[in-house]
Amino acid sequence: MTLETENPRVGLFVTCLVDLFRPNVGFAAVKLLEAAGCRVSVPRLQTCCGQPAYNSGDRADTRAIARQVLDAFDGYDYVIAPSGSCAGMIRDHYPALFDDDPEQSPRAHHLARRTYELVSFLRDIRGMDAVDARYDGTATYHDSCSGLRELSIKDQPRHLLGSVDGLTMVDLPGAEVCCGFGGTFCVKYPDISNHMVEDKAADIEATGADLLLAGDMGCLLNMAGKLKRRGAAVQARHVAEVLAGMTNAPAIGEPGESLPQTEGDT
Amino acid sequence: MQTTSPSFPSNARQALADPDLQQALTKMKVGFVVNRANAVAKLPEFDTLRDEGRDIKNHVLSNLDTYLERFEAKVTENGGHVHWCRTADEARRTILDICRSVDAKTVTKGKSMIGEEIGINDFLEENGVTPVETDLGEYIIQLRKEPPSHIIAPAIHVPKEKVAESFFETHDQLDADRNLDEPRALVDEARSMLRQKYLDADVGITGANFLIAETGSTVIVTNEGNGDLTQTLPKIHIVTASLEKIVPTLEDASTILRLLARSATGQEFSSYTTFSTGPRRPEDADGPEQFHVVLLDNGRSALLGTEFQDILRCIRCGACMNHCPVYGAVGGHAYGWVYPGPMGAVLTPTLIGVDQAAHLPNASTFCGKCQQVCPMHIPLPKLMRHYRERAFERGLTPGTLRAGLKMWAFFARRPRLYQFFAGLKMRALAAAGRRRGRFKSLPLAGGWTRHRDMPAPQGATFQQQWDAAGGAR
Repeated sequence: MTLETENPRVGLFVTCLVDLFRPNVGFAAVKLLEAAGCRVSVPRLQTCCGQPAYNSGDRADTRAIARQVLDAFDGYDYVIAPSGSCAGMIRDHYPALFDDDPEQSPRAHHLARRTYELVSFLRDIRGMDAVDARYDGTATYHDSCSGLRELSIKDQPRHLLGSVDGLTMVDLPGAEVCCGFGGTFCVKYPDISNHMVEDKAADIEATGADLLLAGDMGCLLNMAGKLKRRGAAVQARHVAEVLAGMTNAPAIGEPGESLPQTEGDT
Repeated sequence: MQTTSPSFPSNARQALADPDLQQALTKMKVGFVVNRANAVAKLPEFDTLRDEGRDIKNHVLSNLDTYLERFEAKVTENGGHVHWCRTADEARRTILDICRSVDAKTVTKGKSMIGEEIGINDFLEENGVTPVETDLGEYIIQLRKEPPSHIIAPAIHVPKEKVAESFFETHDQLDADRNLDEPRALVDEARSMLRQKYLDADVGITGANFLIAETGSTVIVTNEGNGDLTQTLPKIHIVTASLEKIVPTLEDASTILRLLARSATGQEFSSYTTFSTGPRRPEDADGPEQFHVVLLDNGRSALLGTEFQDILRCIRCGACMNHCPVYGAVGGHAYGWVYPGPMGAVLTPTLIGVDQAAHLPNASTFCGKCQQVCPMHIPLPKLMRHYRERAFERGLTPGTLRAGLKMWAFFARRPRLYQFFAGLKMRALAAAGRRRGRFKSLPLAGGWTRHRDMPAPQGATFQQQWDAAGGAR
């Protein structure tokens, strides 16, 4: 093994929802990646993977946004996103998007091969077996659809969560059933989305867990928003926050001050 | 059939507020899903079979003309007739002409989605021929004057109390005080009412799950045996089938049959699998005097060679809708035409136009479950996305969504501008939401906050905080 692969250069694809709503997840991702021996940078010229446009049928804007991602993440050994949905977009869909573009197609394929979702990367590629973290409580885990079905993320988060001190995991019945987020779906068809997330919230509450974990911010905002609306006591966090031991910030949708991260915090 | 697909959102709202339907859907989801999972778990080669099934269908679609002509030659050799119909109207007229040739008064019908697609029942009735559905589910919805809500369980939305109501109303020659509380009693009554109809019918119409090129046979799978009575007792048997139902050989049909029932109901095999090869021969004990195959295109051949070709592999098992959380929430009628669920969301825009059916491919979270369970590996989300692209290109995307998307994309394509404004906005939102941690309502976010709170952002964006922390770029 060369030094290069022992300490690979990783570009963090922050994802738009983490950037905007939950920076804590981004810092947790950096901490975990560094713990796995990676040298992490955050390319400045990134916004989104393009899914809102892609799934609305707007191919031209999708390609323009994807081009930006290709440019921003040139030259990294790996590109890591704390989201199965965004990583799936880059891995599974970027190559098809540039099928008819001989110049960009090889770049899209190359990027796709180097791109991973955070937790599966830590476990499958970096061989991480345990994390150094503590959380006193009982959690349940929802499998977000893209991560589960496009990237086969299922055991990796559960394995690593198994090494968190003080944490008890309980199974979520119907963990593989969609929560009803679906990007723009949740505002285009709010009544159907609501029906789905009601079912999901009821299943989550029935587990008796005090914490809901998942690997995608979109699903988490949806489920946390519904749990709060129902007056449930269950809190919601991104799995990376617990794995990184960064659970001091209020959980998603909980009141309180989230101190900006400063050097040393991570 | 008139479509109500353009009003999908209001159809869906009605469906969500219908307690009978919600109860039926809850039961259906559990039954079909568990049964399929058990059946698949017991067949280690299931995934290998899926690959084989996909390859068979792909091969057929690449050589469709060859196999259809081979099929026609065989049917003719066996003494039957193949009628090539480009449109639903041609198919309807062909069927009516055949019925008129024997001055038919009644026709019995086995379950056929092509029959629904071409609206054959209404057409025959308008022309003085009485169609009688013989599949129990189809019989129930015929009495209720409803379209099917599921491709293999057409009356899945009707609770048994409502079935009893329809029977009391329709079978008014029977004792009004009889007990129809149990499903068994309903089945027995339907059977006794249908028995004479089979004998009286002049023509029997069935669908086909497969057309077999090497033998000229048509195949139906049923669980009630009604299809056999429909096609053997009357003088004429008409098979209605769309052209992609063709497979080259008996062996190919067997391969796909192993996938079909397991994917559909979780059975290893349906109770009846019936092969029909031409009309009755002199030495046969029974069978029809005439055998007709009405071969329907109705826009399918136009899909060949396009990004939508994969949908022609569909074997109508219904697994996609059984596992679809959207279908599971709203049921089949909300989709507003013949084919509901994920396969319907692809097929319907194909058959009635994307302008009529633009909602259907949009009403999916792209959770991918349909593709995961499809025995023919049809990439249903991808095909739905292609229809979203068609709709977007043709300006069918709702104006507000389009404007919002374009505005978002304007910023998403300009990272520095995006980061500047996102930073301002998130800070303001975070400050406003800090006390509660979430919003009960937010301007322009009614679709979200009507049903759930909007968690407040943490504060400065990650990008701002990363800069502040002097993180590596």
